[in-house]
Amino acid sequence: MIDWLRSLGRDGIAVFEKIGRGNLFLLRTLAGLPEVLGRPRLLLAQLYSVGVLSLLIILVSGLFVGMVLGLQGYNTLVQFKAEESLGVVVSLSLVRELGPVVTALLFAGRAGSALTAEIGLMKATEQLSGMEMMAVDPIHRVVAPRFLAGVLSMPLLAAIFSAVGVYGGWFVGVGLLGVDDGAYWSQMQAKVDLYDDIWNGVIKSMVFGLVVTWIAVFEGYDAVPTSEGVGRATTRTVVHGALAVLGLDFILTALMFGD
Amino acid sequence: MRQNKTMELMVGLFVAGGAAALFVLAMQVSNLSQLNHGDTYRVSAQFENVGGLKVRSPVKVSGVRVGRVSAIDYDIDRYQAVVEMQLEKKYDKFPEDTSASIFTAGLLGEQYIALEPGGAEDYLKDGSQIEITQSALVLEQLVGKFLFNKAAGSK
Repeated sequence: MIDWLRSLGRDGIAVFEKIGRGNLFLLRTLAGLPEVLGRPRLLLAQLYSVGVLSLLIILVSGLFVGMVLGLQGYNTLVQFKAEESLGVVVSLSLVRELGPVVTALLFAGRAGSALTAEIGLMKATEQLSGMEMMAVDPIHRVVAPRFLAGVLSMPLLAAIFSAVGVYGGWFVGVGLLGVDDGAYWSQMQAKVDLYDDIWNGVIKSMVFGLVVTWIAVFEGYDAVPTSEGVGRATTRTVVHGALAVLGLDFILTALMFGD
Repeated sequence: MRQNKTMELMVGLFVAGGAAALFVLAMQVSNLSQLNHGDTYRVSAQFENVGGLKVRSPVKVSGVRVGRVSAIDYDIDRYQAVVEMQLEKKYDKFPEDTSASIFTAGLLGEQYIALEPGGAEDYLKDGSQIEITQSALVLEQLVGKFLFNKAAGSK
């Protein structure tokens, strides 16, 4: 019994230690951001590997999610003779929820895991220690550009996802199922608000981008420097990232659209 | 170096694509394109009951949107709702005795204000008030009246 309580306490302390390390790490990363802005080359390379290389999966997923929304929405709405509202259904679901959330989940899987593995391997092969020996702060040189690239890429990727999805829904609804073209766009424009819906969606995707990238770079930096440790850290990035996104999404939705 | 150039180009395309997607969402999907950019003038009207009318609900004449509701308030002295609407400047020849009614678009649709031009010589201008108004129909009141009439008629 005592042993069990003690192990519970040990686990609890380990969790809090990790949260503490994560927050200190975030502060050090933020302190490194001005330096990154002074060296845009570093940022550019990371924007490429984090943002550009995620484009394909985002484009394809966005298109198909939009098409599925169009199909499902049509099948439900047509029962109420309300298929003209298809544009509203598709665009609001995408802009408010699916755009930011699905993009963040894909982002955690595609870019987050790569960041963790990359930084974790740098640690395992002692490249980070090597930098420290040369008086180069690895958080400023390695982590900060990756972090900033992730935070900047997420809103752009989410916007692309939503925009492509709206056209995917349009293709299925208007192109294949015969919803009126004018009704699709005009109902959408009448019901979607620039500030309430689109801007809040952008804020959501920024928050998700920050959290997912933070988890990814921290797990990499904090990984046990062995092959197994890096593998576990990568898994944790995807799992914790996805859970954090879904949990935060509920809180943000309650704050933004609660009333 | 060549590699670097391609990378720059790709990142440029990515950022431009993201910005373009945001632009599409703002212009094509949201109501931004429907906001009044032109000049408007303000008229107000008092209603017994505005029902489900909201700020930004359309104001229509003959089914054509000529403006939007800009504010809804309650006048505690007259016990009536005050609705302010912004009408577009190019529609500035509504007679003074124009009447305003609150209608519903379709059975379950949103509510809007319909204006019906009268025959007076003078026109509505900025700050004028529409005197003749008809309140929103409230379903419960209609049902109540119907039941009451039924009961009265069956005697």
